[in-house]
Amino acid sequence: MKIILKSIFLFVITATFLTSCAPSDKKNNKGAISGNAAEKVYVAPGELDSHYAFISGGFSGQLSVYGLPSGRLFRVIPVFSQDAEKGYGYSEETKPMLNTSHGFVPWGDSHHPDISQTNGSVDGRWVFINENNTPRIARISLETFETEEIIEIPNSAGNHSSSFVTENSEYVVAGTRFSVPFPQRDMPISEMKGNFSGALSFLKIDQETGHMNIDFQIKMPGFSYDLSHPGRGKSHGWFFFSTYNTEEANTLMEVNASQNDKDFIAAINWKKIEEYVANGGGKMQPANYAHNTWNDDTHTATSVMKKQVLVVEPKDVPGAIYFLPTAKSPHGCDVDPTGEYIIGNGKLAASMTVHSFSKMIKAIDDKAFDGDAYGIPILKFDAINYGMLNQPGLGPLHTEFDTRGNAYTTFFISSEVVKWNVEDLKVLDRHPVYYSVGHLMIPGGNSRTPDDKYLVAMNKITKDRYLPTGPEVTQSAQLFDISGEKLDLLLDFPTIGEPHYAAGIAAEKIMPKSKKIYRLDENKHAYGVQSEAETRVVRKGKEVHIYMTMIRSHFSPDNIEGVKVGDKVFFHVTNLEQDYDVPHGISMIGANTSELLVMPGRTATFTWEPKEVGVWPFYCTDFCSALHQEMQGYVRVSPRNSKAPISYTLDGDIPGEEEE
Amino acid sequence: MKKSNLLMIVGSFLLLGLFIFPLWNITLEAPQYPIPLGMDIHITKFADTHEHDIKNINLMNHYVGMKYIPETIPEFKIFPIVIAIMSIFGMLIGFKGTYKWFLGWFVLMSVMGIAGMYDFYLWEYDYGHNLDPKAIMKFTNPDGSIMGFQPPLFGSKDILNFTAHSYPMTGAYFMFVGMMMTFAAFLIGKKEANRLTF
Repeated sequence: MKIILKSIFLFVITATFLTSCAPSDKKNNKGAISGNAAEKVYVAPGELDSHYAFISGGFSGQLSVYGLPSGRLFRVIPVFSQDAEKGYGYSEETKPMLNTSHGFVPWGDSHHPDISQTNGSVDGRWVFINENNTPRIARISLETFETEEIIEIPNSAGNHSSSFVTENSEYVVAGTRFSVPFPQRDMPISEMKGNFSGALSFLKIDQETGHMNIDFQIKMPGFSYDLSHPGRGKSHGWFFFSTYNTEEANTLMEVNASQNDKDFIAAINWKKIEEYVANGGGKMQPANYAHNTWNDDTHTATSVMKKQVLVVEPKDVPGAIYFLPTAKSPHGCDVDPTGEYIIGNGKLAASMTVHSFSKMIKAIDDKAFDGDAYGIPILKFDAINYGMLNQPGLGPLHTEFDTRGNAYTTFFISSEVVKWNVEDLKVLDRHPVYYSVGHLMIPGGNSRTPDDKYLVAMNKITKDRYLPTGPEVTQSAQLFDISGEKLDLLLDFPTIGEPHYAAGIAAEKIMPKSKKIYRLDENKHAYGVQSEAETRVVRKGKEVHIYMTMIRSHFSPDNIEGVKVGDKVFFHVTNLEQDYDVPHGISMIGANTSELLVMPGRTATFTWEPKEVGVWPFYCTDFCSALHQEMQGYVRVSPRNSKAPISYTLDGDIPGEEEE
Repeated sequence: MKKSNLLMIVGSFLLLGLFIFPLWNITLEAPQYPIPLGMDIHITKFADTHEHDIKNINLMNHYVGMKYIPETIPEFKIFPIVIAIMSIFGMLIGFKGTYKWFLGWFVLMSVMGIAGMYDFYLWEYDYGHNLDPKAIMKFTNPDGSIMGFQPPLFGSKDILNFTAHSYPMTGAYFMFVGMMMTFAAFLIGKKEANRLTF
């Protein structure tokens, strides 16, 4: 009996030991997380992250704000999509932001955030982000974290190779991923070849206001302009755009656009073209596109339709545009911090192309051409190529850099990040990611001064990495420490929409100027008021305008009568608070719109069209104070034929008529 | 000029610092105010420590029925006149007067200072106790009496979720040092006078 018990005991012990030693898939998936990873990402309660990460919301159309290294989400900035939570795209003031030449578009596909720069370093003034579907670029203030401007890009489709800025924020660019007739016209799709174009747009940025204006559009051949990056340092003045579908196929693109062994990186000498147009070059052509701007004084957006755009034909500016042959369908087109190396992430190639800027300039001087495409000279591959990184992985998409001469490239198919030395063209390290990584971001990545501390990989697929939530599971970001020799995986964190790309910056460049309140005495809103004494209700035919205020913890007025069925009621609500972090919200039963969330010192407007008689309540939606539950009021709605005059009170008095 | 006269002149001149610097400060700390709310009391006005502080103090205080801190109070007319007259008078007797005058000035100024403090205490008491009968929240002391919210005259005190601090500011130090100098002027002046008699 004893022996049997003993052997069973031994068996159990052995089995447990073997099982625990056996490499399970789960364990492998955690990668080689070093012992102190938790310590490196732990931001203790009350402490602050060291970096901001502005992570694109992809098909959510928004831009999210995360802290690094904690991976905590702070805010989702509404940009291209309506956001009922914040009233964005619903309030009367913000609706014009989403106006386009196609009318009001409630959704967008945001892609590549990029932070403004001064002298080749991110400066934290603005972040730009492009919209792919209805081609647009937005500018977001990093003082208010609000979208201040959206400009539509005419003659373009699939604005993907955007919205990257030059090293002094001279320009932000837009491109065309789906070449189209330029200008649009009714023609057979099959006649695409030679008849479509791909506009590359250069938007000048006003250094004071940040306002964008399309300085010129280059009418390029009808390839797909996929990604782009500016030259910097020695290559400042140039911009590089990767292309695919140089085959100009218009159907079954996955096959037909993947036939050429080499596609191009288009090198654009924008300084030369800037000079050309400054001297009267280019042709003004009719166009129709929306330019929406947010006025911070009136906190109201206006949408203006612009009717023309300056178009530049490549043949008219000889010496400004060249094609650099690059291995098969390059996706990312990345420039290292010195500006010397231009990297084509040939997503369908076995090797990555590294071009040399100095060789390119020499090749241009030597006229080392290999024919031309639609009149644009093709430079000889051998004359410009620095070298190839052979077989680094499968499906290279994007590369970012540190200041020590290393590059970090994502591989979509082999799901990994590879660290390699640019000059030596040698792979130094690789680390799996989970799974199918697209972009990666190193804070300050698109600049001369990246921060050598963190790398964020953004993954399209997560499968088993998080608790399941039905068929649709979160996409995610993975944080690496890159300060050492090895890539050190620290953290997974979920993201909103698709974390398409991101821009990062040290917290101290933004934190001190982040706005706390809007000054009430600077409120220039057409329907804003300065005090409760100015609150009132005014009837204008069938329109009723309520000039209302909110302050802890009541509305003024909070009893309104004389509204009738069929009226259109405008609630113009001013938040009188001048204290940090005291927004108030307001919502009305039966209003066919969203709530408003009004920041201290601001005014916002929603409309309500009462359909039934009765007494209808409204209330504060943002838990503002101890008496938040009491922050409410009533509107009495009378029949259409009622003679009841407008009346309004707070605590039995007409606001302003009785002073305390 | 004698040392005592010089001290008297400089001492009374320092009173004028009250026209530039605040006399007193009241600061309210609470967990949800990582930057505390504060009010600087000058001889001519109440001022925000950080912009909008007084507005936000009023907003907090209205929950317990405290009145708004007034834009101005009669003292803001009286104090500057008194200080200006006393300062000029002090400087004049510094030029012309003797140590007995110095003592007289010092005693008068001390009496008025104490009166000013008492007046401030009365205002504070009223501010903390004269509550709106419709106050949103009513608190009582353990003995059943209605709780007051008077900030301390000097020092720190916990009032509900706030800790109130009440301390003199630069202006008060100017006045204090100035008055000490005038008292020293009296002592030294007396010594100088005695020396002369011998």
